[in-house]
This record gives sequence, structure tokens and C-alpha cells, in this order.
Amino acid sequence: MIHIPDFAHASTIQIVFCVLAFITVITAFLAIFSRNPIHSALYLVICFFTIAGHYLLLNAQFLAIVHIIVYSGAIMILFLFTLMLMNLNKQNEVHKPRITRLGAIVSFCLICIVLILVFINSKPIEGEYIATGEDYQSIKVLGHVLLNEYMVPFEFASILLLVAMIGVVLLSKKEKTEK
Amino acid sequence: MDSTIIIEKSVIILAVFAITMVMAMYSTLAERKIAAWLQDRIGPNRAGKGGILQPLADGMKLFAKEEFEPNTPNKFLFYVGPAIAMSTALMTSAVIPWGDRLHLFGRDIILQASDIDNAMLYIFAILSIGVYGIMIGGWASNNKFSLMGAVRAGSQMVSYEVAMGLSIIALLMMTGSLSLREISLQQEGLHWNVFYQPLSFLIFLICSFAETNRTPFDLAECESELIGGYHTEYSSMKMGFYLFAEYASMFISSTILAVLFFGGYNYPGMSWAVENWGVNIANVIGIGVLFAKICFFIFFYMWVRWTIPRFRYDQLMHLGWRILIPLSILNIMITGIVILRHELLAFLGF
Repeated sequence: MIHIPDFAHASTIQIVFCVLAFITVITAFLAIFSRNPIHSALYLVICFFTIAGHYLLLNAQFLAIVHIIVYSGAIMILFLFTLMLMNLNKQNEVHKPRITRLGAIVSFCLICIVLILVFINSKPIEGEYIATGEDYQSIKVLGHVLLNEYMVPFEFASILLLVAMIGVVLLSKKEKTEK
Repeated sequence: MDSTIIIEKSVIILAVFAITMVMAMYSTLAERKIAAWLQDRIGPNRAGKGGILQPLADGMKLFAKEEFEPNTPNKFLFYVGPAIAMSTALMTSAVIPWGDRLHLFGRDIILQASDIDNAMLYIFAILSIGVYGIMIGGWASNNKFSLMGAVRAGSQMVSYEVAMGLSIIALLMMTGSLSLREISLQQEGLHWNVFYQPLSFLIFLICSFAETNRTPFDLAECESELIGGYHTEYSSMKMGFYLFAEYASMFISSTILAVLFFGGYNYPGMSWAVENWGVNIANVIGIGVLFAKICFFIFFYMWVRWTIPRFRYDQLMHLGWRILIPLSILNIMITGIVILRHELLAFLGF
């Protein structure tokens, strides 16, 4: 059943959520549909900002700020760098062979199947949440949880990032020696 | 919510906004006066007594100039660039504690627009957004020199953000808090962080020069190679916004330096003043002391600008990635060892 919000009696948070969600969805679509790659990157940045707003609505201050620092502040800036320097015009757009297009369609259909199956089989897990009464906005609590309960996955994630970083350095070095 | 709180906070926000604007305005005059002083000239002295009205005259000139637009397909982004630069330069001031508290109208007023837990992270988030103003403006100008300037400025800011973040970690390990109010409260009297974390202070200072695009890190707008960098195509008040944003962010980063490392509004004998002269007088002196520290750092920025020539681009990247980042990681390790020295000695059997 689709729940239709009652706008006349909506609370401030509901109104804020609706506005944010609307902007998120619109900018996400615009990021895909806009012709200019830089415009779509900028739409994606706006989309990230509204997602940070959603985190704030969920009282996750730390997550919201880190999301802005990492995604808007670092990753999207590097995206913009490459896009600005690559000079993507219609004239030098690469013509993709037919087999690639076919591959894209097939993989899209496969992803659709996976997503449909996931959505059919997923159940809400609201019953499993436990209210611990701890303030997860504060970094002290977050740090305790990350380094006590989730120590091993946390360290594995950092090793994964380190490996990726070393790999990138290695790739860029290799190119230099070949020249 | 209590309506008095809203009024109180609005007054503080308006006051901070006005002060930032006035400080940025008069920084332009101070810059020219200090440059003149260092080069044995007189400097602007025609508008008002000793050139005191020069910023107003400059502002009038910028407003009255012709609004020129380059032939660019991105008119909207061309306007958005300076707007982002200006608003990010002003947003950081929201979390800065300007004083401890004032006791007025029977209630304690905390002199800070908002005391959020993650104030330090908030500042870094705003800093990282600040790059967009330059990147978008430079790209939308549809000019190769502007784009080069924007890319230089952007890559410089992104790479120095890393060293800046790492240098601040050592400080945060010591303070145990990201809230600027708490960090200020901990530096009571003369327990200023600069005495405990000199290396962290040095790295942070260098990085804040790079973040504000000031000499010796102003390659983004070096005239001899790039004409004017990312604001080559800008004229009139849009150009004024970029310049103003630079001075405003200089003011804000001086404030952050003063709050993080030089005790903020604390001065030796503040607790004595609170006891003998009352909270209000002690805190008004505190605000004055904070502004004296800020003015010193602004003077320092200008002093460096007219003393040191700018770096070459490879020197800049070398300094950022190969010197400052390893140094700040070393600083983190030393701080960790010093904090855990008792446990370490016990572990080693002493």
C-alpha cells in the first residue's frame, strides 16, 4: 500500500524530508540525462548534498559531515578535474561498437533481475533494531563501537583502501617508465 | 523552541557577519598599507585621513564598473562560481567561539552561533566545498588560462587539505574533542596548544596559506603565466566577490589558528578577572584579545606575502605530499607515544 503524506498536518521534518527527497531524485535523474558531462557531475554533487541532508534528518551528524568531505569534497572534485581537462565534445565522442551496446543491454537486464529479486525477498528489519540509548552523533561513542565491536571489519576496510592506493601509485609509475 | 534563543542567535550571527565583512574590507586597506610600509612607500592616502575611506571607494568602483560577460555557454555557472566562493568563506564562522559567555538580561549568552559536536569536521567540510567556487568559475569562463588557474588552485587545495587534516589529528588526540568551544575552554590561561603541538601548528599554518591561495601559494593567479588565473574573465562585483572571499577566508583562517592553537579568547589571568571584575568585563577583554590575535595573524599573512616569492608548481606539490604529510604522520605517532607513555613503560617492564 502506498502511503500518501498528509501535507496539511505534516510536521516540519516531514516537509523537509519531502523537499530533500524531491531534489535528490530530480538531480539524480538530471545527472544521468544531461548532455554535458560537467553538468551531470555538478548535479551529482547537489544530489550528494541532499543525501547529507537526509543523514542530518536521521540525527547522524558525523556521517553527514564525513559524507560531504569525502564525496563532495574529494571524489567529485577529482571527477570534475578529469572531466574539465578531457574536453569531451560531440565530435570526439567514441563510437561504440555494436557488441558493446549489446553487452550493456544484457548487463542492465541482469542487474534489473537481481534488483527485482532483492526487492521481492527483502523484509523490513525494524523489529531487529535495539534502542541502546547511546548517542551515535558523538564521535566518542562511534569510535568505541568501531574499534571494539567492529574492529576486524574496520581494519580490513583500511587495508582494502591501502591496497587500492598502492595499486594506483604502481599503475602511474609503470606508465612513466614505459615512455 | 525558545524564541529568545532565536533572537539571541540571530543577533550573534548578524554581528559575526558584519564583523567579517568589515574585517575583510579593512584587510584590503591593511594589505596595501603594509605592502607600502615594507617597500618604503606611503600607500593609499587620498580617500579620507590616511586612506581610511579607501575600501569604500574601492567598493564603489567595483560596483560601478561595467559588467562584462565572456562568450560562454554556461552563463548560470559563471554567476554561481563567485557566489559559492563568497558563501563558503562566510559559512565557517558559524562554529567559532568568539568568547566564553556574557551575562546580560538575567541570562547567560554563549558567544557562538552554534556549538556542534563536530565543529572541526564542519570546518573541513566547508573548506572542501570552497574548491567548487574556484573550479566552477574557472571552467565556466570558457578560457584556457582560467581553466588552468582553476585546476591549479583546486589541486593545490585538495592536496593541502590532506596534510591539514592529518596535522589536526595530533591536536585532537590531545584535546579529545572536536568541539571548538571545548578546545577553547581547555586552553585556559596560558595552556595554549601551540606550546604542546608546535609541529602541528607549523603544518597547519603552512596549509592554511595554501588553502586561502595566498602567496607563496598563489600559483592559481600568478600574473606572469596565467594572466589572472581563475578570475581572468571576471569583472565588476563578481571579481569583487572573489577578492572579498579571499580576504574573508583569510580572516576566518586567522580566527581558526587563534582558536585552535593560541588559546582563542583566553588570556593569562582570565579567571582572576572573572572573579574580581565580573563575567562581562572579563569576556569583553577576552573578545578583544581574540581579535588582537586574529589581527596579528592577518598581519602575518600580509607580511609573508610581501616577503617570500611564490613557489614553482613542482615545489608546491613536493612540499605538500613529500614533506608535510610524512611530518604530520610522524607528529601523530609521537603524540600517541607521549599520551600512552605510562602504559608503554608498564608494558616494557619499567
